[in-house]
Amino acid sequence: MLSVEKLTKVYRTGDTALTDVTFTVPKGQVVGLIGPSGAGKSTLIRCVNRLVEPTSGAVRLGDLDITRLRARDLRRARRRIGMIFQEYALVERLTVMENVLSGRLGYVPFWRSFTRRFPGPDIARAFALLDRVGLSAHADKRADALSGGQRQRVGIARALEQEPDLLLIDEPTASLDPRTSRQIMRLIVEICRESGLPAIINIHDVVLAQQFADRIIGLQSGRVVFDGPPAQLTGDALTAIYGAEDWTAMRQSAADDAEAEAEERDEARKMLRAL
Amino acid sequence: MSAAFPTRWRRPPQMIRSRAWRVVLAVGALVYLTLAIGTVEVNWTRVMVGLERGQRFVAGFLQPDFTTRWRDISAGLVESLTMTLTSTVVGVLISVPIGVGAARNLAPAWVYAICRGIIAASRALQEIIVAIFLVALFGFGAFAGFLTLTFATIGFIGKLLAEDIEDLDATQVEAIRATGASWLQVINYAVQPQVMPRLIGLSVYRLDINFRESAVIGIVGAGGIGATLNTSLSRYEYDSAGAILLLIIGIVMVAEYASGHLRRWVQ
Repeated sequence: MLSVEKLTKVYRTGDTALTDVTFTVPKGQVVGLIGPSGAGKSTLIRCVNRLVEPTSGAVRLGDLDITRLRARDLRRARRRIGMIFQEYALVERLTVMENVLSGRLGYVPFWRSFTRRFPGPDIARAFALLDRVGLSAHADKRADALSGGQRQRVGIARALEQEPDLLLIDEPTASLDPRTSRQIMRLIVEICRESGLPAIINIHDVVLAQQFADRIIGLQSGRVVFDGPPAQLTGDALTAIYGAEDWTAMRQSAADDAEAEAEERDEARKMLRAL
Repeated sequence: MSAAFPTRWRRPPQMIRSRAWRVVLAVGALVYLTLAIGTVEVNWTRVMVGLERGQRFVAGFLQPDFTTRWRDISAGLVESLTMTLTSTVVGVLISVPIGVGAARNLAPAWVYAICRGIIAASRALQEIIVAIFLVALFGFGAFAGFLTLTFATIGFIGKLLAEDIEDLDATQVEAIRATGASWLQVINYAVQPQVMPRLIGLSVYRLDINFRESAVIGIVGAGGIGATLNTSLSRYEYDSAGAILLLIIGIVMVAEYASGHLRRWVQ
């Protein structure tokens, strides 16, 4: 379980990115974090694993207060937190397998990672994950030889290779086409369901967020202005988060998308049955 | 309606707005240039003598003599090549940690200051000056040359490597840090793959430079083919000197071609 208490971040330039952000995420819950650009979504999830140092407040993972940890213990805490990035953030010149295995770096001593001699169970897990995300055939390719959707799958496998207790996901679909975006979101949510893994997904696509998240948190200038189930995200709530806009048009296209999504699922089921 | 808009447009002056100032500066620069050229003294009789000597030099070039002094030449070449290779290898090995330390995004401020200091010292002192100093310290010969080239390599590779590290893709580093990796693991997994092709390219390029420099510092006593060249010039054996220069040009061209090829291959 993750709990964030009165988290505040003021950058050295004096810009306040987050003000008194408080929420808890129970086991297995997928939280969609939405808000306009610059609302502090990225800063918030980076404060959780302290890639960005929070100014005040606490972040607790179970009983552990992450904000108070020193370097060594922080690394131990980070390996329990998997992170998936906007532009995949794979190490381009390493192979797919090396990228997935880098999820174990926090667990193995330097010489083992340097010589690429990872323990057997780690390697087996990496192969299993590559199989799970449908990339077994690409293990020895260089990461920059893959397409966007494939790269994001490697990013997911890397995060899961850590055997995390929490997933932080920063704009997973920002550089993907609509169909691939849905596939990636579905994969992430399925995996979270399978293992009861809590996740915070920072996402700018409201429709996707509503479709896949269990709960929506809306940020506006660093403050939480909405926190509830996707169904409660009304036009008024969206106006509070983003400012005035015609939300019905967006909902219409969202309904169309959902329909297409349902059709696609039906078709997949039919094909499976035919097999 | 098109008549309402102007049909002429000129790019506005970017640096100096006032037309008067632009004219004054241009005329001033021209006047200074003519005056400066006027102060250069040319001794035409000496130029004539020099031309004659140059002719003999060119003639030597056209009829290079590889055989008479071949033992000196080959010994010098081998010494130069040894000096080049050893100094490049040792220099690169030393400059990698210094380059990492001189990258602002990886090193703490005090390490950064020390490493930048070492790089600045190495770059401020020109090879010839270092060579003269080291020859005075360790005597004539290849050892002084080796030390000189190593010292110069550290500044060159250290600075360019540090700049490459500062330019790397920060999100890849962030992703590896987020897995709980230690500092060394971050270097090995996120930094090394990104800078390795450039480091190899720079090392090969430096090998090239070190060979050319070895010919120059030999003239001040630091051994190698430069020393042989210096000897043949002071004996007025322009045909041997021509042979040496041709060999240097040949080796540099081969190295240039090979390094370009290698750099494309490691991308």
